Amino acid sequence: MRLSSRHLLQLEGTLKKDLELILDTAESFREILDRPIKKVPPLRGKTIVNLFYEASTRTRISFELAEKRLSADTVTFTTSMSSVQKGESLRDTVRNLEAMKIDMVVVRHGSAGVPYYLTHCLDANIINAGDGTHEHPTQGLLDIFTMRRKYGHVAGLRVLLVGDIKHSRVARSNIWGLKTLGASVAICGPTTLLPYEAEKFGVDVYTNVDEAMDGVDVVNILRIQLERQKAGLFPSQREYTNLFGITGERLKRLNKNYTIMHPGPMNRGVEITNEVADGPASVILSQVTNGQAVRMAVLYLLAGAEDKDVREAEERG
Amino acid sequence: MDAPKVTRAITRIAHEILERNTGAGSLVIIGILTRGADLAARLAKTIEEIEGVKVPVGLMDINLYRDDVNYNPDQPVVRKTEIIFAIDGKNLILVDDVLYTGRTIRAALSQIIDFGRPRTVQLAVLVDRGHRQLPIRADYVGKNIPTNFDDNVQVRFAERDGVDGVLLYPASAQRAQGSTTAAKRKKK
Repeated sequence: MRLSSRHLLQLEGTLKKDLELILDTAESFREILDRPIKKVPPLRGKTIVNLFYEASTRTRISFELAEKRLSADTVTFTTSMSSVQKGESLRDTVRNLEAMKIDMVVVRHGSAGVPYYLTHCLDANIINAGDGTHEHPTQGLLDIFTMRRKYGHVAGLRVLLVGDIKHSRVARSNIWGLKTLGASVAICGPTTLLPYEAEKFGVDVYTNVDEAMDGVDVVNILRIQLERQKAGLFPSQREYTNLFGITGERLKRLNKNYTIMHPGPMNRGVEITNEVADGPASVILSQVTNGQAVRMAVLYLLAGAEDKDVREAEERG
Repeated sequence: MDAPKVTRAITRIAHEILERNTGAGSLVIIGILTRGADLAARLAKTIEEIEGVKVPVGLMDINLYRDDVNYNPDQPVVRKTEIIFAIDGKNLILVDDVLYTGRTIRAALSQIIDFGRPRTVQLAVLVDRGHRQLPIRADYVGKNIPTNFDDNVQVRFAERDGVDGVLLYPASAQRAQGSTTAAKRKKK
């Protein structure tokens, strides 16, 4: 079994069978994390570069650990310590890295489309670890994986995304992946933080969070990017918390056996209260653990086929 | 091999295991997916019938430890390994249906060592068909079946395939049928 693509750039347009293969494989890898020796050998001899042009703790460390647990050799590159400071272009940087014989690149960048651009500069497999406000596919996958582990299925679930949908790559990856797998998705936030023509995603759009909660199984609470407040997209933090903050009181309208998720980092007391973040329905820390299993699955599946083999397979049809 | 022969072979292996390990107290059994796991469950059941002791049974997917991961254009599907007991200091019975090149067993041994340090590892198989490519041998064998390298040996268990049995498809017959199974086995 193999993915239909050599890269993981976005969940939009990713086939259902590929999503299911990644989730099934992640289920097998999840068990490795509970072993005494959390390391298996399938990527021995592969070299992976983590190219982080934007700050990250969770995603970067999660990818690094996933790579090491598969026995790959890894280097991590952050812009503050590199020749990017001296004005080297992205293309030159990655071409130089490729000259050092690398097999895969995990990239995070502030501009949407950078991972796609890299597929034209390099022969390596490219994994998007977040590009601008476009997508963050492994986060979307790990959110979906976490839901699937709890409920046993994704199809038929009602998932609500609350917060800054407009600037959220996590929201986009969630929407595309969930819809492909047959879940129904609602989004909710202040009008200034919703994308234009949001209905075109095929989701239900709400501006009243209490109404949005009706019949919902999973609430995925997105981080309010506090730097946005300076841009005047919402009047004050307190007003946001009053209107959209998820409190214990608000959860009463959800379905029984509901789940609270947050991709982190959390602003406690702004978009989520302590009571909810640490409550019994919160799977926020499981998301982090599951993230490793999902990233291991993606790395393993993408590393599988040499470029040449894929081309031959395509020629054979 | 028909169903009664399979059952008799499993019963004999169970007795041999108990004899050699003086009882079932120190045993754990780990089956290699898919039919090694079926055989492991059968062995554990038979041992329980003989000794009245429940032996812990685990199952193992060895695909991550294969030596041909980077050579095979089709990624093997990784399934779940379930070993929920400590193997340190135990006499570990590793179980597979067919012993052939020995490469699967090599992979399983590497994986076992990542789980702990058993006192001994003993190998039990239902069929030994020869053609070893590595220095590996079985401690308990249901039946030795001489084969050609590209013959196809299939083990069937009632719980998975409806009926017990071991079937040998000679490569010559398969070529006549134009079957692709022989070619697949050969690649492996």
